Order: sequence, then C-alpha cells, then structure tokens
Amino acid sequence: MSLSTSAKSAGRGAEPAPRNSPLRRKRNRERLRTLGFLSPWLVGFSVFFGYPLIATVYFSFMHYNQIKEPTFVGLRNWRYVLEQMPLFGPALWNTLWLVVVMVALRVVFGLGIGLLITKIKTGVGLFRTAFYIPYLAPPVAATVAFVFLLNPSTGPVNEMLSWVGLDGPGWFNDPNWSKPSLVMLSLWGIGDLMVIFMASLLDVPKEQYEAAELDGAGAWTKFRFVTWPAITPIVLFAVVTGVVQTMQYYTQALVAGKLASGVSIGPGTVIQPGYPDHSTLTVPQLVYSMGFQNFNTGAACVLSLVLFAIAMAVTLLLMRKSVGLIPAED
Amino acid sequence: MTTTTLTRPDTAAPSRPSGTDAARHRRKRVLNWIAVHSVAVALALFFVLPFVFVLLTSVMSDDQAMSGDLWPDSWNWSNYSAVFNTPGFLDWWRNSLMYALLGTVFTVCSSVPVAYALAKFRFRGRRTAMILVISTMMLPPQVIIIPMYLVWAQQFHLSGSLWPLIIPMAFGDAYSIFLLRQFLLTIPQEYIESAKVDGCGEFRTLLKIVVPMAKPGIAAVALFQFFYCWNDYFGPQIYAAQNPGAWTLSYGLESFKSAHAVNWNLTMAATLLVMAPVIIVFFFAQKAFVEGVTLTGVKG
Repeated sequence: MSLSTSAKSAGRGAEPAPRNSPLRRKRNRERLRTLGFLSPWLVGFSVFFGYPLIATVYFSFMHYNQIKEPTFVGLRNWRYVLEQMPLFGPALWNTLWLVVVMVALRVVFGLGIGLLITKIKTGVGLFRTAFYIPYLAPPVAATVAFVFLLNPSTGPVNEMLSWVGLDGPGWFNDPNWSKPSLVMLSLWGIGDLMVIFMASLLDVPKEQYEAAELDGAGAWTKFRFVTWPAITPIVLFAVVTGVVQTMQYYTQALVAGKLASGVSIGPGTVIQPGYPDHSTLTVPQLVYSMGFQNFNTGAACVLSLVLFAIAMAVTLLLMRKSVGLIPAED
Repeated sequence: MTTTTLTRPDTAAPSRPSGTDAARHRRKRVLNWIAVHSVAVALALFFVLPFVFVLLTSVMSDDQAMSGDLWPDSWNWSNYSAVFNTPGFLDWWRNSLMYALLGTVFTVCSSVPVAYALAKFRFRGRRTAMILVISTMMLPPQVIIIPMYLVWAQQFHLSGSLWPLIIPMAFGDAYSIFLLRQFLLTIPQEYIESAKVDGCGEFRTLLKIVVPMAKPGIAAVALFQFFYCWNDYFGPQIYAAQNPGAWTLSYGLESFKSAHAVNWNLTMAATLLVMAPVIIVFFFAQKAFVEGVTLTGVKG
C-alpha cells in the first residue's frame, strides 16, 4: 500500500517538490483530510481498545480488589490462575471443546443446508426464511426457549421422544448433555452461515459443472473437484469467525446454566456458574465472575490475557492459510 | 481445478432406446425432487417447531404450562397483558429502544466516514489500519472489559446506566467499518472523481454522492447494529446490573423467570415479546439483511 503511494509521488516529479509548492500544500491537505475522516476511529481505537489492553496487562501484575489502591505482586496472579485456580482447567476445557465441536458442526451443517437450498426448486423463499429466522432470535430469548423445550420432565422434546418409546436425556441438567444441548441451540441459529454459503455456492461457474458432467462426474466428484475448490476461502472465513465467536461464548452458556439450575435468582446474584458440574463454564464467564463477583481484578485480567492469546494465535494461524481473508487492496 | 482428467467408465456401454431413457430420466428427476424437498421439509420443521411450541405454551394456563402438554386447553391471550403489567417490563422496553436507536445512529454517523477513507483514500498505513480494524473485530469483548468498567465506574460514575455502552459507539465500530468498507469498494471511483471535478469537496462528495449510493450497505449496518444492541446481554450485565431501572429487555428477560419462579407460560410470552421486534423488522428488510450477511462473507 505505502509502496504504491510512494511510486505515484515519485512518478509525479523526479526532483523533490520545493517547500510551499502547491504540490506539497496539496499533499498536506490530503493528509489532514484523511486524518479528519479517520478521527472517530483513531480516538475510539486508542481510548476504547488500546488503553484497556495495556491496562489489562498492567492489572495482571497487581493485586487489586477495586477498593484499595492496586499493589504490585509480580507473577503471583499468573501463577495462581495457571497452577492453582480450581475452575480454570474446566473452563478452558469447555471453551476449547465448544470451539472444536461447535465450529466443526456449524460449518458442516451450514454448508449442508446451503447446498440443499440451492437444490430446492419449489418454495425456495419459504425454506430460506424458515432456516434464517432463528439466527435473528435474541440469544437470551433463544436460550430461555431452549431450556424450556429441553426441560427433562415437562419439555415438549422429551414428551415427543416418549411417544416413540424413547427416554430423553437430561439435556441442560446433565453434565454429559449440557454442552451438546448448547451445540443444538447454536445449530438452530445457523442462518448467517447458510446465507454466506448459499451466496458462494451460487457464484460457482455453471460451465464447470457442465464440463464435469460431460466427463461423467457423479455428485460427489462434482462437489470434490468443482464446488469445494471454489468455496474453500469462504469455508475458511466461516471457520475463523466461528472460532472467534466461540472463544467469546458467554450469554447462552450463562443463561442456560442459571435457568436449568432452577435456582430462583435474578441478574446480579452471585452464583457458581457452569451448572451442572461446571460443564457449561467458559473462560469468558470465569473472567466475569473473577472480575465482577469475586473482585479479584488481577486474576480476571490474567484470564482475559489467556483468552486474548488463544484467540490471536488461532486467528493468525488460520489467517495465514488464506490470503482472501485480509480484504484485497483496490 | 480441471475436471478433464476424470474418465467416464461406462462410455462403452450399449445405449438404450431413447424412449425409455427419457422416461427413466424423468423418473429420476421426480425422485430427486421428492428427496430434496422431504429433507428440506424435515429440516424446516426443526427450525420452526421451537417457535410453535413457545407460542403454544405462551397461551396456556399456569397449571397446564407445568405439564408436558403440547396443545393448550384454553387460549389465554391475557398472559401477554400480564407480561406487560409486570413491574419494570415497560422500562426495559424503553431502555432497549434507547440503547438500540442511539447506538445505531452513533455507529452509522461515526463509521461511514472512516469506512469511506479506508475504501477510497490512498494513504500510507492504510493496510495497517485495516488490519487493526479487523483485529479489534476479532477480539472477545471480555479481554478489555475490566479496565473499561473501572474507567466508566470510577472516573465517570456512569455505572448503573447504559451510557458506557452507547457513548463508545460515537467513535466507530469495527464490524460496521469493515462491512461498510466492503460495500464502498464496489462503488466505482469514477463517480467520486467526477463529483470532485464538478467542485465538490471531500465531505460533500461523501454526503451527496457516496452516501446515497451506499444506502443498502448503510441499511445493513444499521440493522445489524440495532439488533446487536437489542440482543446484547453482556454489556447491560456489566454496566446496568446494579440498577434494575436501566435493564434492557434482553437482560431483564432472564430475571423474568425468577420473578415468576415457574410460570413457563408467562416466560414464553415474554420471550416472544423480546423476539417480536426483530422478526417484524426482518420481514420488512429481508433484502438488507441478506445483503449484509453476504457482504461480510463473500466480497473481499
């Protein structure tokens, strides 16, 4: 980018422009104009992103309960979180479990529905709306609804399973089923991925399918050699954004755990998150409960930075695999 | 990827009379149609049934909602007025609406010029700026929340309100900047050049030429931001938890269940009332939604 700018200015005049020349004044004006247009973001980036990121690092070395002045404790918070904190292991495990299972299933399922919808000949608009609308449901509302639907004793789902003689699982109340239940909830809201995959599938040139058919390719061969290469960048995009979203997985897990536990609690009540048996506790929830319920600011900031490091590492790793992800210049 | 290497194994097979061939072909097409549509219907049921069950439960009597019944004995539409009469519920509506409307206006006004500069100006560091925008988009909000909370609570004494969530939106939102920039890239440079030749300043060009052309993109950003605010749970939990007068619908909904410990019928009615604005707006603005989603994913 900077290369093209300098190339352009070099082309304009071989000898350096004299001070106060119209050219230099023009360039200064352009610089000011750019700064002016960018200023909301420049301010926002430094105040609401740059500063807190640095402050998080600072607090991670401090003992601070948000009342007394912070005191320096070196690596003690880090050692506490990484070696002793009883809930750190389960929270990290749950978060990574969700990242792997949820993202994989979402991409496969989203792609499947995208493929299906491109094959539908009748009533395509109706089907598209049906698949898309759950994505819009507010996460809290969707979670409340799913906790009700999957209620082991009174929920419609287990009721319907009993009609066919099946004994439904405990869903959100069973530590083995709570995470799969969250995955189901997330698959219900697959609408955004469906639209993205649908658009990219429709972009695959028709002639390539025709050519493959002439060569006698079956459905799988066509998918493998025509569709897949064309949509790989989109799949990668879906994986990266999926990983990032799941790293911050919070609302659904928290609300599901709280509601399923059946404890009569309102927002702001201190409870041990992750019901049942910490099976729905994620790292973001741990950040919240450390920082805003236990007022252990140092430990909360260490957890934030662990989350930051993992999110960054995964994103960079996946981004390096694809040029298409960094939007093209010009 | 070329497909020329694929060979057809049965090219040498004797050809059948063309009549049966056509019939077989038609039968295959019909079977295919049936297969595709049955799968689609089954899946569509999976997506729609939750709404149906929630709606049916929302009109049941208190007792019936506690049973496993699927169909209401009597249709108690008064459950909905009971929800509206719950103390606080109307405040939550007002707060949600204020957060979502102000947040949307602030975001659009601050993000459009930034996205325009990133899409159309040539300057040193443009690529770096773009990468920084994307990385802020990528980072979990929990990473920076603690210092942010401390600033708003201790320096500005604004905890217990939604202002700490609304004010930052006047300084650009990474996701919106990214989406708008993707959209603005598709506007031909010639329009902008010719506006300048006609004597338009940069700001007037943006307002008179670019904004009208970018309306679909701006509409998509506005919708997404509106729903982001409407759906936000984490933000209100951080800043508004201590003050029920500042709760939003998304946040208050969870407490609704505890206020009426086991009244699933009222809880489901409230759930539908939280979803309703989103669904209604969707039906009016389907195109903008779909374009917006596509834009983030496809065009680079």
